[in-house]
Amino acid sequence: MLYIWENAYICKYNFTFNQINMTMETQKNLRSLEAKRLTTRLAAWTGAWMLSFALVNFGSRFLWDYNETISIIAVLVNLVLGAGMVISNIRHLRNLDELQRKISLEAMGITLGVTLVVGLAYSNLDIANVIPFDAEISHVVILMGLCYLFSILILNSRYK
Amino acid sequence: MKNRLKVLRAERDMTQAGLAEETGVSRQTINAIEKGKFDPSLPLAFRFSKLFGLAIEDIFQDEQEL
Repeated sequence: MLYIWENAYICKYNFTFNQINMTMETQKNLRSLEAKRLTTRLAAWTGAWMLSFALVNFGSRFLWDYNETISIIAVLVNLVLGAGMVISNIRHLRNLDELQRKISLEAMGITLGVTLVVGLAYSNLDIANVIPFDAEISHVVILMGLCYLFSILILNSRYK
Repeated sequence: MKNRLKVLRAERDMTQAGLAEETGVSRQTINAIEKGKFDPSLPLAFRFSKLFGLAIEDIFQDEQEL
């Protein structure tokens, strides 16, 4: 009887121990899965937003011959997808650990500052007719993307 | 801020990746903290304290006090 009781106690202890181990493992796996899920979701929203952006730009010219109603609907779809991308980006940032968040924040700060200063200077060059072409918003977007990319790379190397 | 994270980790035969997993941060963060390039937040410092069974001031020391 005592033997059965002891075995039952050991089984119960092992079960609890395994449960704790499994809970910790599960938590780690869940964290990793959540990070992957949020990154994939951000990529999907960004891709969808980019496609809708291209659709508005090229679709009005090549697909629906500047039909106003379709263009407005396409712009609205682009805006909704853009909002989804922003929300997805916020969720992705919240899931980062504190160092990664600090790196992202610094990179965004640099990008904002550089884009504002260089973008306005570029616009002034256009206004003053110093450059022979129009200052397009797309140039600023390219600058923004490159600035963020290089900031992330440089800051990541700093904390290695 | 100085810290004994590397020593404590070595004493317990833990890798940076292992410690990162236990505390829910990236390996890069553990490396940056060990090298003194990044100071952890209070919640993360508490997680180290709980994991190593030591007080926070036994793991992290203010360089100005030393």
